[in-house]
Amino acid sequence: MATKLKHGEETDEQGRRILDSVCIRFAGDSGDGMQLTGTQFTQSTALMGNDLATFPDFPAEIRAPIGTTYGVSAFQINFASFDIMTPGDAPDVLVVMNPAALKVHLRDVAPGGVIILNTGAFTDRNLDKAGYKTNPLTDGTIVDFRAIEIDISKLTLAAVEGSGVTQKEGLRCKNLWTLGLLSWMYNRERQPTIDWLNQRFAKQPEVAAANIAALNAGHAYGETAELPSDVSAYVVPKAAVDPGTYRAVTGIETTSWGLLVGAQKAGLDIFLGSYPITPASPLLHTLSNLRQYGVVTFQAEDEISAICSALGASYAGALGITASSGPGIALKTEALGLATVAELPLVVVNFQRAGPSTGLPTKTEQSDLYQAVWGRNADTPLPVVAAATPGDCYDCAIEVVRIATKYMTPVIFLNEGYLANAAEPWKIPDADDIEPFPVEFRTDPEGFQPYLRDEQTLARPWAKPGTPGLTHRIGGIEKDYDSGNISYDPENHHRMTKVRAAKINNIANDIPLQTVASGNETGKLAVIGWGSTYGAIEQAARHCRKQGLDVTHIHIRYIWPLPRNLGELLAGFDKLLVPEMNNGQLVTLLRAEYCLPAESLTQINGRPFKVADLEDEFRARLED
Amino acid sequence: MNVQTLSEPLKPNDYASDQELRWCPGCGDYAIIKSVQRAMAELKADPANTVFISGIGCAARFPYYMETYGFHTIHGRAPAIATGVKLANPELDVWVIGGDGDMLSIGGNHTLHVLRRNIDVQVLLFNNEIYGLTKGQYSPTSKVGTRSPSTPAGSVDSPISACVFALGCNARFVARAVDTDLKRLPGLLVEAKHHKGTSFVEILQNCIVYNDGVFSAFTEKAIAADGQILCEHGKPLLFGKDGNRGLRLTPGKLDLEVVTVGENGITEDEILIHDEANRPQALMLAGMRPPSFPVAMGVIFRDPGPAYEISMHEQIAEVTAENPPEALNDLMRKGRTWTVS
Repeated sequence: MATKLKHGEETDEQGRRILDSVCIRFAGDSGDGMQLTGTQFTQSTALMGNDLATFPDFPAEIRAPIGTTYGVSAFQINFASFDIMTPGDAPDVLVVMNPAALKVHLRDVAPGGVIILNTGAFTDRNLDKAGYKTNPLTDGTIVDFRAIEIDISKLTLAAVEGSGVTQKEGLRCKNLWTLGLLSWMYNRERQPTIDWLNQRFAKQPEVAAANIAALNAGHAYGETAELPSDVSAYVVPKAAVDPGTYRAVTGIETTSWGLLVGAQKAGLDIFLGSYPITPASPLLHTLSNLRQYGVVTFQAEDEISAICSALGASYAGALGITASSGPGIALKTEALGLATVAELPLVVVNFQRAGPSTGLPTKTEQSDLYQAVWGRNADTPLPVVAAATPGDCYDCAIEVVRIATKYMTPVIFLNEGYLANAAEPWKIPDADDIEPFPVEFRTDPEGFQPYLRDEQTLARPWAKPGTPGLTHRIGGIEKDYDSGNISYDPENHHRMTKVRAAKINNIANDIPLQTVASGNETGKLAVIGWGSTYGAIEQAARHCRKQGLDVTHIHIRYIWPLPRNLGELLAGFDKLLVPEMNNGQLVTLLRAEYCLPAESLTQINGRPFKVADLEDEFRARLED
Repeated sequence: MNVQTLSEPLKPNDYASDQELRWCPGCGDYAIIKSVQRAMAELKADPANTVFISGIGCAARFPYYMETYGFHTIHGRAPAIATGVKLANPELDVWVIGGDGDMLSIGGNHTLHVLRRNIDVQVLLFNNEIYGLTKGQYSPTSKVGTRSPSTPAGSVDSPISACVFALGCNARFVARAVDTDLKRLPGLLVEAKHHKGTSFVEILQNCIVYNDGVFSAFTEKAIAADGQILCEHGKPLLFGKDGNRGLRLTPGKLDLEVVTVGENGITEDEILIHDEANRPQALMLAGMRPPSFPVAMGVIFRDPGPAYEISMHEQIAEVTAENPPEALNDLMRKGRTWTVS
């Protein structure tokens, strides 16, 4: 496993041992600032030129009772000198800020792994809250691991002394102390974090000073303290990547930018109607800060109003967008029917989360595929596109704008909570590389009928209110195929249902043919995935092929309509395996469409697949 | 600006589409659409710039019959759709049409918020105190005891007053009229259009099939003068066929009472003067119910304030002036980046 800690045989000129890759997990109380620590470590790691992938894992409660296991928040980062695709199966280094964090995360650390513990938090009271009857530091719990016990609380307080902060404020700097230590261990620059702290606490210079003091103290501790010999400083060399300008991004940023670029290519202003919901709200926040780009954001009174206002905006000639998560999308269903029958463009972004109902709102899942493809009353087909990585969110966002405006249809963009929050280095694309797809509003009254279709796309004209000579009425009642007036004629309804379906099916001719992500075009085993499982499946498939196994990875981005050659491609394999973070949804779609005996592999625990688990499964299929 | 100067003034009939009206014969909606078309002509409304948006119900068929832009949407959601239309293009003249079930039951939430936000649209609520299109069930405005297919022994839940609801939502223009009042309704709609911000007009509409005569106790010609009071700003709140009955504040109590000028020493000086910008007074007027009180008609409340879409676009203009947009390529390259050569 490439993600396992390798003790470098080689050293660099400063005597630091060279590693291929490291996986670190920071875990602590929700109030301990673990997400911040992880994000800052990610930024410095990205600036160091490593490839990386992250997995933020936080509780649904904003401030769960301090010290409890359900209040534990974690952030995992996997970084390497090679092309990395997942946040890592198991942490090589686990940092725990309190007993509850140890209790929750110890099970994921392989024996021999490094655990850095803040002993200052291992008080009787905290042990009790975490459910420890005896102290795990002394009762043998961690005897199989390389434990580094440091009283981080005490050392932090000593470090911030004299900076003018209260004891409470001082103690809150212990995440920065920890970050300092890890920065020393893995040779990360502290300056970006110092700059960030100075900016963040510009109005509270004493808080900035305390945090910086803690950061530096953690780093100095690494240099001077006698840590066990196998926990010395390491270096993870830069990954060899394509030339270009890079930045670390999350799926929220790339989705926002993709929508902006898409709207610009279409020549439209954006209207985002949204109702706050985890994990989609950050899109509303991000676009609300980009209003100078012709963006109107509207925090609606509910999910229904969010989509309805977006549809109203599309009707008026803007690019209507709404974003939510599964339960919110459920509420938008009726309006999706209206958008389908009114044949107006609309972009619906679903940041999927674990469900049903409230489910596990902060945990990831890809279980809304049925909802996206089939989840409406009557025959209401609409295109569905799913993103694979935070970077892919950019391309998918542009693509859904193109499809929605060209085909006058609502489009569902299946995003995931994991993609929204996870970070990866991204080669910043050139927006000028995207061919413009300008919308042509109908203006000519000659021969205008609201449902007169374009022969090629089958799309009706977009005639926005305010255009002289084009007054017309649209709405939810079935429309006459020719005149667009309301019609209760049964044969007309049959014809309209068929043409709405044909319009969507026809999009299959306007999307790329399905290719294999890696592996042979025919063979023994094809593993078919969609969404954020891309990285784990790809890495597992590569490992298998290195071991001589015939495994192909097929990643489906266009969930509906499916690429027109997909059935033929799948038919070229002896076995088909469909791993999904749901109870088997894409597999049903593929079986239904192609009558192929695809096998399902599921994981529904709110976490990404582990590469090693997938490898075992692939191998088992080939050994049958 | 999309507003066009019309070469020839349009007549009310020019605002009618070529579609046959499909309401029940004798439905109050026929009278309402006539008033709306008259108001359009009086406003010299440009059909190309006018949009009618409706939800679901008998009233909601309205847009199909107007030679303007029209969007017949889904149950209860017309105010939300209209909000999006108006935010995307504030220049459009948007009219929202719905019934009491549409706007006060399934879509009550959206009615609340369109009024609270003060989006510059005209909301016309056709209140017939019954569900018509689903065949006669009681509605949130039906009086207690209403017998309907779903309440065969009479409804037990208390109704809401549409105008009191609107005032509670901080609506800044609240008016009421009777469907067949072709004398006053067009003028009231013109005033609604002139008001900047949401104008809420409750139109008492007779459902001839399921709730015939529900308002006749104060709308029948012979008794209308005694059953209704017309609210006119700055004028005494007098009514009755002799014009000598009026409203005054009950001495020592925050309450209204009906008095007769010339009886028991009451003089006209004691009659309350209608102050349309006084919300507490408007709440009392809107809440008056027969038979002990006349039903308030006309502009019950008017107090203009900033419309949401105007404030929103002003704010966007400010933000844009402070922070002009750069090329998207530059936006994506802002912050921490690194270059691999």
